[in-house]
Amino acid sequence: MQQHQYDVIIVGAGGAGMRAALESSTRTRTAVLTKLYPTRSHTGAAQGGMCAALANVEEDNWEWHTFDTVKGGDFLVDQDAAEVMCREAVDAVLDLEKMGLPFNRTAEGKIDQRFFGGHTRNHGEAVVRRSCFAADRTGHMILQTLYQQCIKQNVEFFNEYYVLDLLMTDGKASGVVAYELATGELHVFSAKSVIFASGGFGKVFRTTSNAHTLTGDGMGIVWRKGLPLEDMEFFQFHPTGLAGLGVLLSEAARGEGGILRNSDNERFMERYAPTVKDLAPRDMVARAMANEVREGRGCGPDKAYVMLDLTHLEPAHIDAKLPDITEFARTYLGVEPYTEQIPVFPTAHYAMGGIPTNIKGEALANNEDVIPGLYAAGEVACVSVHGANRLGTNSLLDINVFGRRAGIAAAEYAETAVFEELPDDPSAYVVDLVEGLRTSTGEERIAAIRSDLQATMDLNAQVYRTEGSLKQALVDIEALKERFKSVGVQDKGRRFNTDLLEAVELGFLIDLAEVLVVSALARKESRGGHFREDYATRDDVNFMRHTMAYREVDAEGNENIRLDYKPVVQTRYKPMERKY
Amino acid sequence: MDVKVKILRYNPEVLDEAEWKTYSVTLQPTDRVLDALHKIKWEQDGTLTFRRSCAHGVCGSDAMRINGRNRLACKTLIKDLNPGKEITVEPIKGLTVLKDLVVDMDPFFEAYRAVMPFLVTSGHEPTRERIQSQADRDRFDDTTKCILCAACTTSCPVFWSDGQYFGPQAIVGAHRFIFDSRDEGTEQRLEILNDKEGVWRCRTTFNCTDACPRGIEVTKAIQEVKRALIFRRV
Repeated sequence: MQQHQYDVIIVGAGGAGMRAALESSTRTRTAVLTKLYPTRSHTGAAQGGMCAALANVEEDNWEWHTFDTVKGGDFLVDQDAAEVMCREAVDAVLDLEKMGLPFNRTAEGKIDQRFFGGHTRNHGEAVVRRSCFAADRTGHMILQTLYQQCIKQNVEFFNEYYVLDLLMTDGKASGVVAYELATGELHVFSAKSVIFASGGFGKVFRTTSNAHTLTGDGMGIVWRKGLPLEDMEFFQFHPTGLAGLGVLLSEAARGEGGILRNSDNERFMERYAPTVKDLAPRDMVARAMANEVREGRGCGPDKAYVMLDLTHLEPAHIDAKLPDITEFARTYLGVEPYTEQIPVFPTAHYAMGGIPTNIKGEALANNEDVIPGLYAAGEVACVSVHGANRLGTNSLLDINVFGRRAGIAAAEYAETAVFEELPDDPSAYVVDLVEGLRTSTGEERIAAIRSDLQATMDLNAQVYRTEGSLKQALVDIEALKERFKSVGVQDKGRRFNTDLLEAVELGFLIDLAEVLVVSALARKESRGGHFREDYATRDDVNFMRHTMAYREVDAEGNENIRLDYKPVVQTRYKPMERKY
Repeated sequence: MDVKVKILRYNPEVLDEAEWKTYSVTLQPTDRVLDALHKIKWEQDGTLTFRRSCAHGVCGSDAMRINGRNRLACKTLIKDLNPGKEITVEPIKGLTVLKDLVVDMDPFFEAYRAVMPFLVTSGHEPTRERIQSQADRDRFDDTTKCILCAACTTSCPVFWSDGQYFGPQAIVGAHRFIFDSRDEGTEQRLEILNDKEGVWRCRTTFNCTDACPRGIEVTKAIQEVKRALIFRRV
């Protein structure tokens, strides 16, 4: 076992982690640990853009952006946090441009902007061009640009180091334990500040836009420490995943004029959102699509999907603005978007919930108290700027604004804090976890358990939920937890043991699926991405509040999930019915 | 359809030498090679080791040599590989194999880091964005697509014979900034690439262009850098 010491440890090297590193590494000694290589992070898969009220192409201001974010989130957004994000959005975009990000340009050479779902002029009057973009690979360009800046600043990375435990001393963060993939060796990192920026857990679902590696490790680690997870029932299903595959086709396709059609070739979004139509927020579009299919207006041999129509757009326009996603359609479905409609269906995309933080990125131990030295930013965190449904482009914004804030806060804390003494035998938990799995003689296959988990989550906890479906999911998850106890790892070696890695990841997925379902069962209303057919309307009297879930273990060692609630911060916007 | 997949396996914990192993897998024609590898790992042999993440060609994790050509496993469909015959899968060449299809990527990233792959500017920063025409932006659009998968560099015969050569990817990485109208680091970057292990080692075999899963015209980018070196202007 090797020992290391850094002032700030950042877990994850996607957009949030590297944006944090750019701040903290100039102020204090910083290391970034990632289970991948930085440029493999899933920020790179984001496509459509990053919204900021630059007003480069039409009138706009950050207050309108704030309103859209709050309304898009079905009023579960903490409005103080949304104000911070939308106000700082302008500088966040300009900072990226100064770092070299190759944004598309207007005729005057300014950063170009385009339409995106739920982003409107003057509180919902009409759609507005707010999304700053680089073709349909904005996330790729953000990830590359941040990595390039990290090279320039000599940020220290530990690549393919998989963090498996958070160390705490007297209620403060004191370090992490990481498993080095290449050698199987364990590393104990002592730190004054720890920032989690490790992304989401989309792999609890089968149909997902998420990478194989998005297994909720950061949330799972914190959860096992008895720390809370907020609003885990809110998961976003992106309307336009390639049918059957889940590969993301950006909302920019609709921002550039694409239209969703059912088997009657009808532009059905006109019925669901008369003003903004195909550019309604994602939860509404995803439900509308699922409803079209349920009512028999789906397309294809099994009437299982709807169509995204780009055929009325000029091929040159498609090539300039949507080159990557049209290539996905060609590569994976053999569909030519110039002349053919593309089969699409909602795909699990983004966790609105996560580790609760305040607007500085400090992680919370409960509704009020921060955990000294612990920070979170990006999809792993819940600030909450996305509330019950995130608007498109606001995730790339979130990682830049709150990654930066967490990096500054963590470094400033580290400048005055001391290194806490590590707990006795700091790697004990990870040794047990890893060696327990490696030496297991169980017969259960990792992939079979994971596949069954994803099947029940797709069936029972997706766009439409009921008490019955969620209870079924819970029963299934309980059974999977039992099976997981006898999971077998075939690779017994130490070198690049990805078999073992997948077993560890599956453990996190099962934990988080349970938190999601338990939180969803208790929320007897429909709000944003959480839709209960048995409680089909929003209930502000009983549920205008964040869910706070805690893992508790009783004297006999039985685990239990306790739910608590946290008030929503409202500043200037009173809840109203969400119409578009 | 039943497909035979022959994979070059290597695990120094078990055996000093690499050996071919053939697996039989049931696949759909539209499945990706990555699906085949997953089916083998998940249903037959958990020790099979490879990198992957996004599974749709944007993260650059799973470059490998498939039927003798560098490709991304997640972007290569079974039906396009003449699946009536055995499909062969090996690690990319020229980098040290660590286990099965996993190679040591550090020398590759070192070469990238060496060409100053970041915007270099001087003077005061503007308060708003720098102005750049769309035409100037388009000048380097092609090389911004790079996902650092190493398919190009590890398809290059010069790189195979001499690991000191920067390789096509590093030159692509430099090109992206050399031809960016906002950048002021061109002189330094060109000097780096003027090195004996630099751009002049390229023998224009076009392997890199063929290998690029992002469709970047790699050889053309290298030629543009050579021309910039000769004429000292971009």
